[in-house]
Amino acid sequence: MAGTAEEASSPGNAPDAETLKRHYTDMLLIRRFEEKAGQLYGMGLIGGFCHLYIGQEAVVVGLQACAEEGDQVVTSYRDHGHMLACGMEPKGVMAELTGREGGYSRGKGGSMHMFSAEKAFYGGHGIVGAQVPIGAGLAFANRYRKNGRVSFTYFGDGAANQGQVYETFNMAALWDLPVVFVIENNQYAMGTAQARSTSTPALYTRGEAFGIPGEEVDGMDVLKVKDAGMRAVEHCRGGQGPYILEVKTYRYRGHSMSDPAKYRTREEVSRMRESRDPIEGLRKLMLELGHLDDAGFKEIDKAVRAQVNDAAQFAQESPEPDASELWTDVYA
Amino acid sequence: MSLQILMPALSPTMEEGTLAKWLIKEGDAVAPGDVIAEIETDKATMEVEAVDEGKVLRLLVPEGTAGVKVNTPIAELDGEGDAAPAPEAAPAPHAVSHAKPEPEPAPNSQTVREALRDAMAEEMRRDDDVFLMGEEVAEYQGAYKVSQGLLDEFGARRVIDTPITEHGFTGLAVGAAFAGLRPIVEFMTFNFSMQAIDQIVNSAAKTLYMSGGQMGCPILFRGPNGAAARVAAQHSQDFSAWYSHIPGLKVVAPYSADDAKGLLKSAIRDDNPVVFLENEILYGKSFPVPEGEHLVPLGKARVRREGADVTLVSFGIGVAHALEAAETLAAEGIDAEVIDLRTLRPMDTETVIASVKKTNRCITVEEGFPVCSIGSHVSSVLMQEAFDWLDAPVLTLTGKDVPMPYAANLERLALITPQEVVEAARSIVTR
Repeated sequence: MAGTAEEASSPGNAPDAETLKRHYTDMLLIRRFEEKAGQLYGMGLIGGFCHLYIGQEAVVVGLQACAEEGDQVVTSYRDHGHMLACGMEPKGVMAELTGREGGYSRGKGGSMHMFSAEKAFYGGHGIVGAQVPIGAGLAFANRYRKNGRVSFTYFGDGAANQGQVYETFNMAALWDLPVVFVIENNQYAMGTAQARSTSTPALYTRGEAFGIPGEEVDGMDVLKVKDAGMRAVEHCRGGQGPYILEVKTYRYRGHSMSDPAKYRTREEVSRMRESRDPIEGLRKLMLELGHLDDAGFKEIDKAVRAQVNDAAQFAQESPEPDASELWTDVYA
Repeated sequence: MSLQILMPALSPTMEEGTLAKWLIKEGDAVAPGDVIAEIETDKATMEVEAVDEGKVLRLLVPEGTAGVKVNTPIAELDGEGDAAPAPEAAPAPHAVSHAKPEPEPAPNSQTVREALRDAMAEEMRRDDDVFLMGEEVAEYQGAYKVSQGLLDEFGARRVIDTPITEHGFTGLAVGAAFAGLRPIVEFMTFNFSMQAIDQIVNSAAKTLYMSGGQMGCPILFRGPNGAAARVAAQHSQDFSAWYSHIPGLKVVAPYSADDAKGLLKSAIRDDNPVVFLENEILYGKSFPVPEGEHLVPLGKARVRREGADVTLVSFGIGVAHALEAAETLAAEGIDAEVIDLRTLRPMDTETVIASVKKTNRCITVEEGFPVCSIGSHVSSVLMQEAFDWLDAPVLTLTGKDVPMPYAANLERLALITPQEVVEAARSIVTR
């Protein structure tokens, strides 16, 4: 099951112009959205914990490009990008960040706890690793109903050391559950570098003991991610059980907004930004292929900024939830 | 000298069993390790081996006899060989007995165990989305035999043996419930639910709220809770107060078989996560159960006995103690009302308050630890809602504030007893 994605992002294998433009736009939306969220946090409009996805955009955009209608997604608290990639409205996500009535959870969930039954997005979970058995449970329901759906279960390199992940691997393999385990390895579990927390660094091999195939993927290249994602989804949808993708990525911002970033150097971050940025990489490819010129990119950027500004405005104008909302939704 | 073979205790809570089959006959020679009989307990059929060598003189209990009490002589050996002149099975230390001998069951009576199984079976017939998962629920037929026969009827798709992995399978079931299935998760005992409590509290209970009402978790967690008998500290804990603390959970703790059935059916149909606390000692007790569809709504207490002098509030096995105490008190001229809460969350405090307004005294009875107990909550509610009607402090009777000891005498001291309830009532009822 070794990856064969080396050539995915070379001009010869690239998808058509429209597809590339869509991936570019999706990644840019996440980037601009997160930048705006950071700004609103600084203004005191967003409270509590806020974990930005900047730098990791290619992971969820590449993988969600492999999903079909009805496939489910579940992830941790670094979830804004996943929601946007699932097609959830930026306005509703941003208004949840500001804790307003117009948010996806009517202001009662916040950054880490958001859901969309309509878009099959199952959270947004604040407890590291808890989403992993939940994701397998979504896959269990798919198998129970024989509906052909696949569960995309995202977690980080930090969560990969939680015991419940391995309890889940065992059951997912035992019962052939259609679940893609996506380990987003951004190399830091909060502030602990992988080498300081993890005895064996190759997380994609963590399923071997359970007979789950896995591969390592370059998470800074959306087309490589998509290519690996297609293999994983085919495996799962074909009834062959779970699949692990360890997607090597990097977050540019801190673990959360309150991260002083003492555990890594400024140079390390700049080096990644300058040499491996997923959005810039795709932009270069599209320019090379002649799919889009500078004016074309400016147009996309303008449209995305407008969308994000609208979301930010909505998130500030939407009222706080009515006091009566305190007591609603405790019980069905 | 002849040796007696005694009816053995084959589980911590076994008080009697059926001598299903003799595998020896009079005149046979037996040696240690020979299988001599099959004994059916309320949990399983077990083989019994001889411990000593000798010739079978007499079989004292014919095969097929039900209700043979533990330590009853069932056969006699001639006692040749080097056997010591002691009974084959040493008499067990006096086990904690939670109930007096039951009267002959009525024709429509069922054990709590059978009622729980029937409730699950009926709901599984009604709704394909309902399935059962847990350790030993399928091929083993349930560690406490509650799921007996379900695998045969519903197959491995819907009756699922899990690995021993409580945290994992609980999270998995929560995910299945998010997707709209209606899992029944059996914990072999609720002691093991502590491994999984994050998924119960953080994932199952809170998601409806955190999603602004979009995504609920229609899941049922069930299994035996509280002390069994002689299984000591790690296997004898009452989680009633723990789970009752959590908004988003419903918590049910039935006493009788009819309530167990009707409440379990309602709990399976409920769209919220429900923690359903059973009791191993009650599993084998029989009660009349109505024929046909029987639903008991969650959140409604049951007045088990009407009385004018004092209100005894309890749930689960505590109801047995309260009822027994009420009998004793009646003989002394104290007329106790017994309220079975049945559902702990949401709690039917209205029924309790109405009763206290009549009796002016209240005693709560439960097996759990005293600090932040269910009784503490009941007491707090009464202080705020019925203060002017109280003629005495509310007494909260609980298990003792110690880990459950193993020794039979210490275990007896740690548990709440009917006698303690009687004494508490005497102390606050003045005649």
